[in-house]
Amino acid sequence: MQKPLILSAVLAALFAGAAQAEELTGTLKKIADTGIITVGHRESSIPFSYLDDKQKPVGYAMDLCTKVVDAVKKKLNKPSLITKLVPVTSQTRIPLMVNGTVDMECGSTTNSKERQKQVGFSNHYYVTAVRMLVKANSGIKSLDDLNGKPVVTTTGTTSDRYIKQNEQGKAIDVKNVYGKDHAESFLMVETGRASAFVMDDILLAGLIANDKNPKNFAIVGPALSVEPYGIMLRKDDAQFKKLVDDTLAGIYKSGEGDRLYNKWFMNPIPPKNININLPMSEKLKEAFKNPNDTGV
Amino acid sequence: MGQYQWNWAVIFEKVAGTEEYYYQWILSGLGWTVVTALSAWLIALTLGVLIGVARTAPMAWLSGLARAYVELFRNIPLIVQLFIWYFVVPDLLPEHIGTWIKQDLRGVVSFTDYLPEFLFGVLGLGLFTAARVAEQVRTGIMTLPRGQRYAGLAMGFTLPQTYRFVLLPMAFRVIIPPLTSEFMNVFKNSAVCLAIGLTELTFQMKQITGEYAPANPIEVMTMVGGLYLTMAFGVNRLMAWIERRSRVPGYIAEGGK
Repeated sequence: MQKPLILSAVLAALFAGAAQAEELTGTLKKIADTGIITVGHRESSIPFSYLDDKQKPVGYAMDLCTKVVDAVKKKLNKPSLITKLVPVTSQTRIPLMVNGTVDMECGSTTNSKERQKQVGFSNHYYVTAVRMLVKANSGIKSLDDLNGKPVVTTTGTTSDRYIKQNEQGKAIDVKNVYGKDHAESFLMVETGRASAFVMDDILLAGLIANDKNPKNFAIVGPALSVEPYGIMLRKDDAQFKKLVDDTLAGIYKSGEGDRLYNKWFMNPIPPKNININLPMSEKLKEAFKNPNDTGV
Repeated sequence: MGQYQWNWAVIFEKVAGTEEYYYQWILSGLGWTVVTALSAWLIALTLGVLIGVARTAPMAWLSGLARAYVELFRNIPLIVQLFIWYFVVPDLLPEHIGTWIKQDLRGVVSFTDYLPEFLFGVLGLGLFTAARVAEQVRTGIMTLPRGQRYAGLAMGFTLPQTYRFVLLPMAFRVIIPPLTSEFMNVFKNSAVCLAIGLTELTFQMKQITGEYAPANPIEVMTMVGGLYLTMAFGVNRLMAWIERRSRVPGYIAEGGK
């Protein structure tokens, strides 16, 4: 009678052990070993990831990432885990992710197939449409109205690329003008140097909300491109990605996702207490309902 | 840990959604950089020599005016000057001229939609650099023994002739090394023109490595860095050649030999 007892005791111990300690790999192993999780953030991607008046990174993406960090602490059973914040730019984020400086990037990074060759992405947490900002009294309503006009966009993209992709047989020729950042591109429209500013609708909405006279501007025309944002992760790190995706799925399911959306997109936000006032798009509702990480 | 996927051929990839390739963007940026830098250098050298000479002139009003120019253009950061030229000046002009500059100037010449950016970029960079060249010219003239000026005048030369035949030929030889640096700087400083939307080399680098970019920023940055190195070094060699050719045997410019 002794043998089976020992055997079952050994088996029970084995199972308990297996359940408790799934072997850590990749990013989670690194975090467990060092006791530090490094989060990359942007400095002016409002309202996703930007510095508030105390120079502290805040935003919709930062809130989501804080929840991920909490989940990591719980998973590793390390409440004292140190979070290090590292500012990144659109130029530096991929090298810093690949060389191991940051463990996840919480900004406004489009999940593209091209980038997936270098890095991984969580499931989408936002979906933006590229549209155009015009002066409300300009009479510009559609792409056709832009023919021959100067159209501004910010360095890092070309507006005529989006316009060409969407003109569908119509011959529209625009003059590309460039601003070094979004504020300057907006200034180009404001001062009459450009007739339209082509950019992610959320960024356009933020610029309009920040202007002295928001009524002077309008976002018009079709969605020239649809871009899903994801938390950038290391490539081929299934264990960490699962943890991040599970955390996001929990947030979406519990209604916390809607609450966070309202906090950042439908209410006054720091530093200037401006309300961007952009209701949730159908695309994002869909992404909350069926989380996925398909790149564009 | 992840490994960066090196892809030096990234610039031969097609820009998504267009008929263009990234290397074409780089070449176009390189072209704008060279044309902008050379045009600005032309302004800087011409104006800089005139102002530098004026600073050493015996007429107090003239040297004072020249000094005011130098202090004004040397003490304001280049990027701020470009903003003022591009964004502020057209709005200070009568409205119809301002509107013409902002809207109609673009596309006046068929090959370029970037005429306003180019013109204001060249103007800003040229006037800024002129202040620096002026200081070098002044220093070059001041280096010469005071007797040379008197000797020239005593020979019966007028003041302009003294400058032309006695002072400037020696002063220019003296200042070739700092002038070389300044010429190289014009190429590197032209990168600031991206701030007003001139699509020069650094602009194209940001364009390719930016928000909607392919995933290989390091390669593109390295290549652009290499292009600046090549341009600046080319200028350096050109100036070294001029220095050798213009050397006066037995005089200071030969010192290092």
